[in-house]
Amino acid sequence: MIANAFDYTAPQSLDEALTLIGNGAKPLSGGMSLIPMMKLRLASPEHLVDLGRLKELSYIREQDGELHIGAAITYYELESSTLLLGKCPLIAETATHIGDIQVRNMGTLGGSVAHADPAADYPATLQALEAKIVLRSATGARTLSTKDFFLDTFTTALEPGEIVAEIIVPIEPGLTGTSYQKFRQPASGFAMVGIAARIRQQAGTLSLIRIGVTGLSGSSYRATNVEAALEGKQPTEENIRAASALVGDGVDASADLHASADYRQHLATIYTAKAIRAALSRSA
Amino acid sequence: MATTVTRIEKLVGKRLRRKEDPRLITGTATYVEDIKRPGMQHAVIVRSPHGAANIKGIDTTKAAALPGVSAIFTGKDITHVGSVVCGADLPGLRKPVHHILAQDRVYFVGHPVAVVVASDRYIAADAADLVEVDYDVTQAVTDPEKALAPGAPAVHPEWPDNTAFLYHQTGGDIDKAFADADVIIKQRITSQRLVPNAMETRGVVAEWLQADRALTLFTSTQIPHLARTILAGQLGIDENRFRLIAPEVGGGFGSKLNVYAEEALMGFITMKINKPVKWIESRRENFQVTIQGRGHVDYFELAAKRDGTMLGLRLKLIQDLGAYHQLLTPAIPTLSVLMMPGLYNFRNIDADVVGVFTNCVPTDAYRGAGRPEATHGIERMVDLLAAELNMDPAAIRFKNFVQPDQFPFPTATGLNYDSGDYGATLQKAMDMIGYDDLRKQQAAARAAGRLMGIGISTYGELCAFGPSPATPAGGWESATVRIEPTGKVTVHTGTSPHGQGQETSFAQIAADELGVPMDDIIVLHGDTAIIPYGIGTFGSRNTAVGGPALYYALQDIKEKVKKFGKMLLDAEEVTFENGVCRDPKTGKEITIQTIAGAAYRAMKLPPDTDPGLVATKFWEPSNFAFPFGAHIIVSEVDRDTGEIAIKRYVAVDDIGNQLNPLLVDGQLHGGAAQGLGQALWEQAVYDDNGQLITGEFMDYCMPRARMMPWIESSHTVTPSPVNPLGVKGVGEAGTIGSTPAMVNSVIDALSTLGVRHIDMPLTNEKIWNLVNGAKA
Ligand SMILES: Cc1cc2nc3c(=O)[nH]c(=O)nc-3n(C[C@H](O)[C@H](O)[C@H](O)COP(=O)(O)OP(=O)(O)OC[C@H]3O[C@@H](n4cnc5c(N)ncnc54)[C@H](O)[C@@H]3O)c2cc1C
Repeated sequence: MIANAFDYTAPQSLDEALTLIGNGAKPLSGGMSLIPMMKLRLASPEHLVDLGRLKELSYIREQDGELHIGAAITYYELESSTLLLGKCPLIAETATHIGDIQVRNMGTLGGSVAHADPAADYPATLQALEAKIVLRSATGARTLSTKDFFLDTFTTALEPGEIVAEIIVPIEPGLTGTSYQKFRQPASGFAMVGIAARIRQQAGTLSLIRIGVTGLSGSSYRATNVEAALEGKQPTEENIRAASALVGDGVDASADLHASADYRQHLATIYTAKAIRAALSRSA
Repeated sequence: MATTVTRIEKLVGKRLRRKEDPRLITGTATYVEDIKRPGMQHAVIVRSPHGAANIKGIDTTKAAALPGVSAIFTGKDITHVGSVVCGADLPGLRKPVHHILAQDRVYFVGHPVAVVVASDRYIAADAADLVEVDYDVTQAVTDPEKALAPGAPAVHPEWPDNTAFLYHQTGGDIDKAFADADVIIKQRITSQRLVPNAMETRGVVAEWLQADRALTLFTSTQIPHLARTILAGQLGIDENRFRLIAPEVGGGFGSKLNVYAEEALMGFITMKINKPVKWIESRRENFQVTIQGRGHVDYFELAAKRDGTMLGLRLKLIQDLGAYHQLLTPAIPTLSVLMMPGLYNFRNIDADVVGVFTNCVPTDAYRGAGRPEATHGIERMVDLLAAELNMDPAAIRFKNFVQPDQFPFPTATGLNYDSGDYGATLQKAMDMIGYDDLRKQQAAARAAGRLMGIGISTYGELCAFGPSPATPAGGWESATVRIEPTGKVTVHTGTSPHGQGQETSFAQIAADELGVPMDDIIVLHGDTAIIPYGIGTFGSRNTAVGGPALYYALQDIKEKVKKFGKMLLDAEEVTFENGVCRDPKTGKEITIQTIAGAAYRAMKLPPDTDPGLVATKFWEPSNFAFPFGAHIIVSEVDRDTGEIAIKRYVAVDDIGNQLNPLLVDGQLHGGAAQGLGQALWEQAVYDDNGQLITGEFMDYCMPRARMMPWIESSHTVTPSPVNPLGVKGVGEAGTIGSTPAMVNSVIDALSTLGVRHIDMPLTNEKIWNLVNGAKA
């Protein structure tokens, strides 16, 4: 439980950080995933660059009809942000499902996204929100969709030298209802399955429905078949159930000590319906 | 005229906050990890990554070359150090010699192979990584039933059947009981391995003073004196030159009722390098190499009459011992046998115990130690019988309880239950929860398709270990009372409290007896240089054995106080009450504080009386004490997910007289949490190669505050006749009572689906499969 020796830099500016990372240093944000891996010697980076202290990555602001969230914003800041609670409550709500208070005080949105743990909560939420992920390196910046960013288990589109710099989420009109529903793995508290739902209704039918899924398989995804089955339909209990049953279709469900693939698939179905119902109750 | 003495309020029986808490909650308590000695070195242990392997070679050259490394030791260096001690004995017991570092082979993951000593912990950890051990991996076996099967890999090559011992106990006439039976219920019931998970892991600081040939060793233990005796033997040093200190100990639950390889190893190292050395167990090591609890596969057979009268119980008990014996490993299942009849009146039992070696860390005493397994077994069997006979589980219990007029009650297993009224606790619990009404609600819920369960457990336990013949190291306890010249009081107890709260409850006893304020009393423990020999803390014995020792020491010292009072008041007789000696004839009084001063200044002494005010008492009880109680849990199962919701939890516990109900609540609530942990979440799972799959909190599910139900707690009070305080012991009761209540509740919920039994832990998926399977 003792990490290998490493160097540590708390850079004064984002530019300095990006230069160091460009030279092979590893970013450190909240340390809630990285430090435990280092203590178990599963990771032995030689040089850590602390992004967590950079003011340049620590903001939540409204800009051009969207919300821009700096990568170093902590879960606590997300769950307690009045701006988010008012204009994109799903992103605030998701934080309340994570770990314990200590973890929420330290862990960051950028760190969670970059880490891409298959059982992490935010990937589902960002999928449902159709968020954009802004990557930066010493040489430039690019913006990716969640689909293009989350590739596989602990695998993202991040290139060496790149960091997650910002997450952009939409401002939700009052009509949108959202919900994140999570079945915890009992020991770790991570998602056995986690479902984020985002819904708009028009004249009794669903005009928009987005479903983000985490925990079920090696990577988060958008359950487009559930969405297709409900879009334009009436949100009856029967329709919801039938659509929710599609959530794991064609998905290679994970299996471990805590849940078999079948059980996970079943929970995903139940929790998809639950998330849809909750989102519906919140949409005008 | 005589002055009236105001009666000081008695403190025993009051809910008082703990005297030990301020230092704990302000972070100023001293644990082993907080101890620093000049020149102290740090040890990290190289452990086997394999469940079974031969060691072909160890290369320490790279590790030794790392700057800061002061020493490295391997198995060949420690052959003269005594091996790990097993204090239990059974006829024909096979005892593997477990050296403090592995010799030519390893037999569990975590087996210590080498130790690296360096100037700091980080260097030691790096160097440990550089030690190269060449292993020839062999086949492991981790499941006790598989280990017993012919052709299984041998944990110890000299004993290919993996059998450490066979133990048989019988009482009454079991064959007749089964011949007379109308119904026979058979069930295989497991009690899974659990990780004790004390909040503080183990740790040792050892310091050798060569000039004095004296060793000081700080260790996180429940048994400082026993540990000293054993370690002195292992290290070949004089016990009187060996000071062992248990500083603040952050929980044990039995896992520190032991003497481990690392304790002797640190003693060995400091004597070798002539510098102090520290070893702190990591959480990972704590999971892997500190003893685990339970580990039973039990086959029960219950014989009964059609009217529900139980006649006899057969048990075949397979105990997973692990790879070798720690201090009490083989003794634990014999405690299960003792408690197998539970609270019931039948007098025919037969038990066959097989102790099995597996390539896992040893099992040993874990909160309840053998009694939770037995209680879970009998309480499940009673419910199975009730189901078979279509009887109410409460009714069948009332029918079979030992009755109040039967005490002391000799059991078929050779115990003598001290006192009790088992029906009263169950009735009280049923009244509190509204049992009859609840059954009606359940019928309505079932009609509506809901899965609601009501689970009862009526448990008994044997604790307060105990008369010496029944306790390997002696079953007594010691106490010393010192009244200082100012009248302040210092109490020494041979018990070693580490969360149980005796610094408070023992001060309450002393305050009442001596009539001094609580604040004038301190209770010391855990340092062999200060405290007279004691046995330590385990088996719910502190209050029930250490308490009476203190009580009798106080009586002795009161006698002496009165002698001085008589002399100083020039009286023929005096009374002593509320800290004041009084001559009833003249009404003249003198306080204990004044008497204390006079006893030390010793200008004048009463006849045949020495100066000073010190009394020591060693006291042994004549029997165990037997707490009991009834727990009822209402649960509901979610058909969709298999989740279990605890709707209500009523606990009525009878632990005899209560010194401090606040401490009692704490013990019972914590115990219930641990018992629910076993019922619902916790399990030490090994793969076939001997890897502990649930070796960290990410996978080993510890109960959290948010998972706990509200416990509606109440009591009946049946004083124990075994000791003058009338106390029974409360440390383990909650753990023993809660588990079967929870499991019985869930099985009751699923009984409409034809479910008879489920093995623990009741994971959501297991439950969902049962609900799902029943649907299909
Ligand atoms: C007890 C506990 C419980 C937890 N429970 C949950 C839970 O319920 N749900 C959940 O979702 N998570 C949970 N987590 C994980 C937590 O959310 C982590 O904080 C998160 O996974 C990583 O965020 P971080 O800021 O701590 O990143 P770090 O641990 O600092 O970094 C994680 C990885 O991402 C890289 N990285 C960090 N920041 C960036 C960046 N801006 N750009 C590129 N790479 C970067 C690091 O180099 C590292 O490889 C838990 C953690 C703990 C310790």
